[in-house]
Amino acid sequence: MKIEKIEKEIISEFENFDDWIDKYNHIIEFGKSLQPIDEKYKTDSYVITGCQSKVWLHATFNEGKIFFEADSDAIITKGIVGLLIRVLSNQSPDDIIKAKLEFIEKVGLHEHLSPTRSNGLTSMLKQMKLYALAFKTKLSQNQ
Amino acid sequence: MYNINAIRLDFPALHQQVYNHPLVYLDNAATTQKPKIVIDTLLEYYNKQNSNIHRGVHYLSQQATTAYEEARKTIQIFINAEHSHEIIFTRGTTESINLVASSFGKQFLKAGDEVLITAMEHHSNIVPWQLACEERQTKLKVIPIANNGELLINDIDKLLSKKTKIVAVTHISNALGTINPIKEIIKKAHQQNIPVLIDGAQALPHIKIDVQELDCDFYCFSGHKMYAPMGVGILYGKEKWLEELPPYQGGGEMIENVTFDKTTYNELPYKFEAGTPNVGDGLGLAAAIKYMNTIGLGNINSYELSLLDYATKKLKKIEGLRIIGEAHEKAGVISFIIKNIHPSDIGTILDKLGIAVRTGHHCAQPIMDFYKIPGTVRASFALYNTFEEIDIFVEGIIKAKKMLE
Repeated sequence: MKIEKIEKEIISEFENFDDWIDKYNHIIEFGKSLQPIDEKYKTDSYVITGCQSKVWLHATFNEGKIFFEADSDAIITKGIVGLLIRVLSNQSPDDIIKAKLEFIEKVGLHEHLSPTRSNGLTSMLKQMKLYALAFKTKLSQNQ
Repeated sequence: MYNINAIRLDFPALHQQVYNHPLVYLDNAATTQKPKIVIDTLLEYYNKQNSNIHRGVHYLSQQATTAYEEARKTIQIFINAEHSHEIIFTRGTTESINLVASSFGKQFLKAGDEVLITAMEHHSNIVPWQLACEERQTKLKVIPIANNGELLINDIDKLLSKKTKIVAVTHISNALGTINPIKEIIKKAHQQNIPVLIDGAQALPHIKIDVQELDCDFYCFSGHKMYAPMGVGILYGKEKWLEELPPYQGGGEMIENVTFDKTTYNELPYKFEAGTPNVGDGLGLAAAIKYMNTIGLGNINSYELSLLDYATKKLKKIEGLRIIGEAHEKAGVISFIIKNIHPSDIGTILDKLGIAVRTGHHCAQPIMDFYKIPGTVRASFALYNTFEEIDIFVEGIIKAKKMLE
């Protein structure tokens, strides 16, 4: 599925929620359901530095697509990270690099991605795009 | 009678809605809100008095100079320093400690010496000493803490030695709320002629400080944690130490005579106040002190302790909640964790309920390592908080817990 389409799907999911409690409950549930990351990637070399909670991110490249897996010790962070993965995993490097990710603002989560919040999510997004750039460069060198 | 309603009216920032909830501001250990008198002082200064001080012959400059030096006197009286020239204006506690660590380091620290701090210091009373120690191959020694968040005071005797050149201790821990027995520590250090620096950032807003009675050699604090503006703080130093320390920064105001061969330095306190000072905020600090004096530090202290007591009792009833820092002597700070829930998650939900707390390591990572936790949620009280706010806070935690479990 294309990135924009998944974003639309998420936006319409969130439209069902009247208040922030339902929205956060959804994020928390989403965090709980996120596929656990392989324990070997839960080390400092995979940590994305944020001030408060820890986020571990790992990416693999297979047949032109990047697959992300991640985890966090904070459940709300994990839920938001999960949403990012849902949108950006199983996509091509080019699509990930280009992705504008407007859903973040539309579902009202932009406060979590603002650089004024030290929760590492801005760095997380940056890291995902860096992975995409790295895989793209590697691909072009191999061709 | 503690007139909390009248007091709250003095603080404009308290009366606002956050996410459609009345703001409950419990992040006072980070910074307090400012009373109207402080805000008005800044306005008055910039509207009428603004001028560069000490150098001008003109009317405004003299007005500003007089006001600034009166502020210094107000601060001197507030902490009962012997002389007003023992009061050095800085940007805050961090700069005060850096000044001493740097100047004291240059003059007195050499290879093989030791600096003694505690395991509950804020990073700003660790890193400046580490910098000084690295530069001069000096060793940093640490007084450990017990599980309840109190210093292991008996260990001090073992750690103090001929090698110890200075002891730097926090008066009140920002992460745990522990009030340290600094008088006892100062006495022990002085028996071996070792000077003591106290980080008083968390103490000034809550308890009466008398630097002569404490007999501390240096005492550092920040304006913004005691109802004054950000960007101004104080270094108190005993005259004899300040005379012996070399200047920290060079520039205008701190010199007596400058030639390209040799510069001689100005007298105290100007030797340590290079450059144009932060006059407006200095006046703001004096205004904040006057404000606290009108309520009375004793009244503030007993009111805040009743808030602490009330909150502690209520929090303890929450299943799975563990208070980090249960010293016998505590100030209005409660740090806690809840089983299987990350502090930042609790903070996020509380924020949505209009409740401002701090989550994380509170710039005291060694404490978090000691308790083997990623951080805590910290509520810290000020003279304007209410029992109702604590009820809202506790309800908020219960709500957050339900969502996050």
